[in-house]
Amino acid sequence: MTLTDRQQLSYIASQAADARLNVELETEGMTLNIGPQHPATHGTLRIIARLDGEQVVWAEPVAGYMHRGYEKLTEVRTFPQVTSLINRIDWLGSFANEVPFILAAEKLMEIEAPPRAQVIRTILFELSRIANVSLFLGDLGVQMGAITPVFLAFRDREYILNLIEGATGGRFHPNFDRIGGLKDDLPKGWIQETKGAVKKLEEFCDTIDDLLFGNEIFQSRMRGIGVIPADIAKDYGLSGANARASGIDWDLRRDQDLPLSYDLADWKVWTHPDGDSWARCWIRLQETRESCKIVGQLLDQIPAGPVMTKVPRIIKVPEGEAWVATENPLGEMGYYVVSKGDLGPFRVKIRSASFNNISIVPWALKGVYVPDIITILASLYFILGDIDR
Amino acid sequence: MGLVDKGRLPAPLTKLFNLSRSYSLWVYQWGLACCAIEMGAAFGSPRYDVMRLGVIPLPASPRQADFVCVSGTVTDKMAPAVKRLWEQMPEPKYAISMGSCANCGGPYWDSYSVTKGVDQIIPIDVYVPGCPPRPEALLEGIVLLQQRIKNEDMAAKWRGDEFTTLQRTRAMEAGEVDREGELISDTRSISDEPMPEVAAAHPEPIVVGGGPIE
Repeated sequence: MTLTDRQQLSYIASQAADARLNVELETEGMTLNIGPQHPATHGTLRIIARLDGEQVVWAEPVAGYMHRGYEKLTEVRTFPQVTSLINRIDWLGSFANEVPFILAAEKLMEIEAPPRAQVIRTILFELSRIANVSLFLGDLGVQMGAITPVFLAFRDREYILNLIEGATGGRFHPNFDRIGGLKDDLPKGWIQETKGAVKKLEEFCDTIDDLLFGNEIFQSRMRGIGVIPADIAKDYGLSGANARASGIDWDLRRDQDLPLSYDLADWKVWTHPDGDSWARCWIRLQETRESCKIVGQLLDQIPAGPVMTKVPRIIKVPEGEAWVATENPLGEMGYYVVSKGDLGPFRVKIRSASFNNISIVPWALKGVYVPDIITILASLYFILGDIDR
Repeated sequence: MGLVDKGRLPAPLTKLFNLSRSYSLWVYQWGLACCAIEMGAAFGSPRYDVMRLGVIPLPASPRQADFVCVSGTVTDKMAPAVKRLWEQMPEPKYAISMGSCANCGGPYWDSYSVTKGVDQIIPIDVYVPGCPPRPEALLEGIVLLQQRIKNEDMAAKWRGDEFTTLQRTRAMEAGEVDREGELISDTRSISDEPMPEVAAAHPEPIVVGGGPIE
């Protein structure tokens, strides 16, 4: 078949499709239930969609299938115990959950971790971001109908998990951050090993870029689907890569002054003007590359010294209130900690990124076709533990 | 499987059937929380590669599955869905409970919304402890489940009375049943001793890295 033949055939096919669309179809209303257990929901989200033919008229996410009562549980735990609990909010990037809470407690106690602990914290923070987003990139392929990327993601994610396990002892939930520093220093040879692993993850990003983002089918399923303009994104409180993909140049790593060492590294905040599913996924790919860059640069700049300041053995946080938010893999995650001077917090309000990110689902799904539901949900990227807590 | 339905199979045939059953297990992945990722690592990653054990992690629906791996926190809102899934699976069916949350509630033992153990809803064959367990632990749980399937009395399993070969052997050793599995009750019927409870509601669960749960 020559090229002109193929062009003619595709022209005829498109004409036929147009003719079919022009005929007024008799459509029927239908309610489609997705979940609570569906691969596209990253856990147990349920989405009720009312359809007219193949078009979504109305959609609503039903959260709460993974609600474990975090905010209530933190009231009956001591401060060090809360850390092990909040590891499990966003289970793909566990270490990133600990940091804002510990920073809030340190703010109340008016202490600061030593410089060495700050740099190691930042490195582990970025490693957990890589572990999180690399699985997203693999899972994205599965949801678009390509199986291979997820095997690549699981293979290369193991390098990062090994590093986190080597440094903290926990493969999944490190529970490594302490008020006033870190539990331990880095083991011998860890820095060298991390350099090798980061190189492998950079190769993984290139592979995904070729395999997935260079794929024509993938592009045609992603581009122009689920466009979220910047003002709507702001209204719904989107954060993280979802906001940056709509052109909002806002990153808490850069835009606020926290005792983390992001200013030691030379890196870039990526934004995209389009605001479609493609842009959201592409931003995440670029962010993984930036995280690799940050880790690679910080590894050479770890200062000598202790990893723990002097804190009392039994930690009592003085009375007060503190709010600290950081740029987690999924977006802005913050803790509002109220202390009454006891062993444990009086009240902890958790602002998790995914809860706000899925609040846009009814808006974003209105009027789309059924296959695009999965595209939009996949590109919004939420984790159920992060939504329901 | 008419042979199995009618009654007891010849021993070599049972062995053959059990062997083939244990090495073509289709698992339904009921991934709920953190453990789902470790389950994904065990089932979907090239490093752990569960398919070498003869486990196929691909069924699209519980109706095609031989066993279910409940991994993660089961909340009270989710529990009816877990129960419904279990009822949809065809016999013979098995269940693995992965992770502390599914075993007993785990770190949410005092939470108001978490079901303290999925065994309140469905019968569990293998418990895999850990928070979350490493993929290797899940693989060991699967190997232990395969050993259980190999030792099973198929006819009894098909009838659904859950009276496995393991328990039959124990009952025989205790002198409660004869070789055919019938109750030895000729002398006991006139004595004052209470009848021995032979057929348990469910076989004893296996715990990875430990003994049976009391």
